[in-house]
Amino acid sequence: MTTAPLNDLEISGLRVTFDGFTAVDGVSLRVGPGDLRFLIGPNGAGKTTLVDAVTGLAPATGSVRFGPEELLGRPVHRIARLGIGRTFQTATVFEQLTVLQNLDIAAGAGRGPHTLLRRRRGIPDEVARALDAVGLTAVRDRPAGTLAHGQKQWLEIGMLLVQDVQLMLLDEPVAGMSHEEREHTGQLLRRIGRDRTIVVIEHDMDFMRTFATSVTVLHAGRVLSEGTVAEVRADPRVQEVYLGETAAPAGAEVEA
Amino acid sequence: MTDFLHRRRAPAGYALAAVLLFALAPLLLSDFRLGQFARYLCIAIVAVGIALAWGRGGMLVLGQGLFFGVGGYAMAMHMKLADAGPGGLPDFMLLYGTADALPWWWEPFRSPAVALAAVLLLPMGLAAVIGWFVFRRRVRGAYFAILSQALAAAFAILLIGQQATTGGSNGLTDFQGFFGYSLLDPVNRRTVYFVIAATLLALMLLTRQIFHSRYGELLVAVRDAEERVRFLGYDPALVKLAAYVASAGMAGVAGALFVPAVGIISPALIGIVPSIQFVIGAAIGGRASVVGVVLGAIAVAWAQTVLSEEFPSAWTYFQGGLFVVVIAFLPGGIASLWQLATRRRARTEAVTAA
Repeated sequence: MTTAPLNDLEISGLRVTFDGFTAVDGVSLRVGPGDLRFLIGPNGAGKTTLVDAVTGLAPATGSVRFGPEELLGRPVHRIARLGIGRTFQTATVFEQLTVLQNLDIAAGAGRGPHTLLRRRRGIPDEVARALDAVGLTAVRDRPAGTLAHGQKQWLEIGMLLVQDVQLMLLDEPVAGMSHEEREHTGQLLRRIGRDRTIVVIEHDMDFMRTFATSVTVLHAGRVLSEGTVAEVRADPRVQEVYLGETAAPAGAEVEA
Repeated sequence: MTDFLHRRRAPAGYALAAVLLFALAPLLLSDFRLGQFARYLCIAIVAVGIALAWGRGGMLVLGQGLFFGVGGYAMAMHMKLADAGPGGLPDFMLLYGTADALPWWWEPFRSPAVALAAVLLLPMGLAAVIGWFVFRRRVRGAYFAILSQALAAAFAILLIGQQATTGGSNGLTDFQGFFGYSLLDPVNRRTVYFVIAATLLALMLLTRQIFHSRYGELLVAVRDAEERVRFLGYDPALVKLAAYVASAGMAGVAGALFVPAVGIISPALIGIVPSIQFVIGAAIGGRASVVGVVLGAIAVAWAQTVLSEEFPSAWTYFQGGLFVVVIAFLPGGIASLWQLATRRRARTEAVTAA
């Protein structure tokens, strides 16, 4: 589907400071194409802040490169146009617009005034494909505000698909989902992750174990451990952090 | 069948509106009342712009008087110069005796083409400059409303202060002709009414088209979740700017048509109070509906005429009360009553079917 060369996300020495509090403290990490990277860590570890910095929402120092492009210092919408998309902890869709309209808007950042000022006729191909991929074809004419929680998350992922992003940053995509919905989401991420780079922030350890190809553990704004699921679980520092924080083993579900 | 009715409803409505405006109103209303009606329609044109910027775009434009005034003064300056004849000075300048030569910025308005272009381009250009700074800095909500209102107030104060070149608080008045036609002739005044009615209908159709376009959907998205739109690769500042500039253009055209219809433009007609009144009409009619804002604007302007003739001191309270009631209990305005009714009917049908 995409012909653009696949790029690495390369973060080095990233620091984010709010009023003297350092939320991300010198993080360096590299995520390659086709990777399904999970970003885990206790609350306040700086996971969401990291994603905020990459997508231009939080001012940061250091360097974030996606392929040849330096991202830091660019406004949010310019970073989005480089093929980087994200979702939020609470699904943010345009509630008064239909599913179809939501996806059509996501597809249209490059449209000129001539197209914008006319009515949509039919369903653009990429929108139809995304509807199919996330399984929302049957509800495409419903206002997004009436969707179930899980469907909203899928709609957000669908919006990233029509945006044709190369790098997807998903912030707790399965929070609040049923077991079947999690399974469905995981399979979806696997399918669409073949020609994209996906970074998932997640607290659900079962979900991580099943679908992660690699894991980065953040703690207090730093990278604590990195590797495959097995490597990370065997790391005594990770066990210590999770035991100390929640009195539960790293394998158990930490933080609902 | 219902789908067919639904698709045919809008064209039928506009055809009915055209009959009302072009046949019934001139037939039934006296020349005096028709002149008043022309004034209401000018306010309705401003309201159409408010539906776009506020109803769809979420920008509470409390200072449309600024653009209304710029358009109105541009037209009034041309009409004054046309009345004065080639090389002549407007009567008020001779009266006050302060200006012995025409100020340089009056000169271009001798040309009808320049004046007509200025009616549209000056308000839009001004809105583009204001909007560029305001939306880039992410000023919104109440701050935007207060800022836009302050600009309208500042413009009115500026005009009052420049008595010698703007007519001060008296404004510009006593117009004899409109592009070569005498305004003393009732037939020509009637023609002015028709021009206004046609402009209103055309702008309603244009705005309706914008509402149903992809841009209209995008504008709703920006109104409801501006930050989210940024992550899709759009600059929301530009999306809002376009709607704001278009609404300013409509206010400018309305101001320009107001001058030949009513025969005056003055700071009192463009300051804070009229700016708020533009918004009240739109709010009461239903800010997100083109037909709603037009009916609301006409109804409020008409009620103002009638009630302020009967109870001069009570009108302001009545208007304020009406505004509060609508905002508190019917945020979608009168237009939403229709939607409420259809939704209730649909629910009843669903219950019957089940």
